[in-house]
Amino acid sequence: MTAPANDPSTWTPKADRPPPGISIGAIAWLRENLFSSWFNAILTLLSVYLLWSVIPPLLDWAIFDSVTSGSSRDDCADAGGACWTIVSVRWHQILYGFYPEAEHWRANLAFALLLVALYYGLYEKSIGRRYGLWFVCAYPVIVYALLYGGFAGLPYVESGRWGGLLLTLIAGVTGIAFSIPFGVVLALGRRSELPVISMLCTVFIEFIRGVPLITLLFFGTIMLPLFLPEGWNIDVYLRVAVAVCFFSSAYMAEVIRGGLQAIPKGQYEAAAAMGLGYWKMMRLIILPQALRVSIPGIVNSSIGLYKDTTLVSLVGLFDLLGMARAINADAKWMGLEIELYAVIAIIFFISCFAMSRYSLWLEDKLAKGDEH
Amino acid sequence: MNNITPAIAMNRVNKWFGAFHVLKDINLTVTRGERIVICGPSGSGKSTLVRCINRLEEHQEGDIIVDGIALTHDLKNIDQIRSEVGMVFQSFNLFPHLTVLENCTLAPIWVRKMPKAEADELAMQLLERVRIPEQADKYPGQLSGGQQQRVAIARALAMQPRIMLFDEPTSALDPEMIKEVLDVMVDLAESGMTMLVVTHEMGFARQVANRVIFMDGGEIVEQNEPEEFFLNPRNERTKLFLSQILSH
Repeated sequence: MTAPANDPSTWTPKADRPPPGISIGAIAWLRENLFSSWFNAILTLLSVYLLWSVIPPLLDWAIFDSVTSGSSRDDCADAGGACWTIVSVRWHQILYGFYPEAEHWRANLAFALLLVALYYGLYEKSIGRRYGLWFVCAYPVIVYALLYGGFAGLPYVESGRWGGLLLTLIAGVTGIAFSIPFGVVLALGRRSELPVISMLCTVFIEFIRGVPLITLLFFGTIMLPLFLPEGWNIDVYLRVAVAVCFFSSAYMAEVIRGGLQAIPKGQYEAAAAMGLGYWKMMRLIILPQALRVSIPGIVNSSIGLYKDTTLVSLVGLFDLLGMARAINADAKWMGLEIELYAVIAIIFFISCFAMSRYSLWLEDKLAKGDEH
Repeated sequence: MNNITPAIAMNRVNKWFGAFHVLKDINLTVTRGERIVICGPSGSGKSTLVRCINRLEEHQEGDIIVDGIALTHDLKNIDQIRSEVGMVFQSFNLFPHLTVLENCTLAPIWVRKMPKAEADELAMQLLERVRIPEQADKYPGQLSGGQQQRVAIARALAMQPRIMLFDEPTSALDPEMIKEVLDVMVDLAESGMTMLVVTHEMGFARQVANRVIFMDGGEIVEQNEPEEFFLNPRNERTKLFLSQILSH
């Protein structure tokens, strides 16, 4: 009571001090993370042994004992490892499928335009974004016309010949790009207070989600032509693209509906109390928040859809997977499945990992806006 | 509208939530510039009454006329009434994805079609009036509760409403922040705004209200000038309620 620090009539806040010491250094790190107990030490040693027994042989196969040059299977006869020759000889088919070689520039242009569309679609601060976003919406149509041709002196290339990475990318991007706006419409429709609209959207979503994608693809490619009048013929890529778009939209709608449900009722009330009508309320207040909440789900669905496009190989199209099987079926290159599948796996992994990182980046950026 | 038209006229208003009769024969006339405080136990229907005025809740029987406009199913009337009636909620309900300034300019720009520069200027004036102009570029999540509620008041005022509704504006606030919000509301009352305030802040009621209304069981039990209301409550139920909240 006599010490001034304990004087009950005044209060001086204590100064902040740093948290108690944290051990620093490589050995301290090892001790803390890898050898903190006997059990952990054993797990660590086992893991090291496992990596040691897997990685060197893999590297031998993929790099040190592999063959990359040459022009035919025979050049790999002495190789103990991978025969990358198949990739270096057939790379154009992996990229373009059976698209005619003289017209490859059109496919390259489609790839280039895709980069532009990704820049505008994914980067908020892109230059001239207002117009760029219209370009993103038009991209699937532009690229379809460009590849299909038959106008302005461009030779007509039937879509059965499009293939490889080209087909995988445009089918995936078209499905994803279409699914977000259409998914929003379906999600809003399902929550609509008008019973007819809500029922239609629910039936569409549940029906499409209730069947596997492959069923929709078979329906589009095999059964649909039977129902169409004589002489009508819808292009095969178009039929597949519609099936993929419907499928992805139904999934996206449910992801976005989840986001809509996460928005507190007070947000609707505050917006309504200011006199905002339904569409303005949705566009300015509800959807920006709901979509933000849905980002992980949207990206998850997008990655799933992108990989699901490999199913088009089952209805006679030559996407990356279909192309790999076609090349393997060639008698001159038989038995090199692993090399081709490895390349395709790497391509898919890069695309999907990029999507995943983009979503993390976006979430991080948006989180900085409102730290709660 | 001329000065004779009441700001709000409620005539035999009834409302049910399912089978629960939440408002019973409510008759209430609010004159222009009048400041009314509504109090009562929870579940007494006071929030519902206020929320019926801008159609956040729909009444089933009776008439509500706001600023001479009858509240019917006509969406045009509803939108018109909503743009003339500002509302402040217990839980603020600021838009978390927009900055403080954008929260205040959104409705003037999109409902009133005000040019952005003008809306910005108006919003800054209002943020000064609620004493937080320096927070204009922050997001709601970065502000304290009291600051958020003041932004919510500025946001409602940005529509230049004739009537302001407050639904328990200080109930979600820490004690130290209640005063900063009440001060802003007192300023607003002194400027002549028509106000309907659901609150248990009896000091505020004494200071600014023209009339205090006590509700229970979906009915208006008693109403009077603040002095009379607090000193000589006539109804037993009012006496009990006052003794409970004033004994704190």
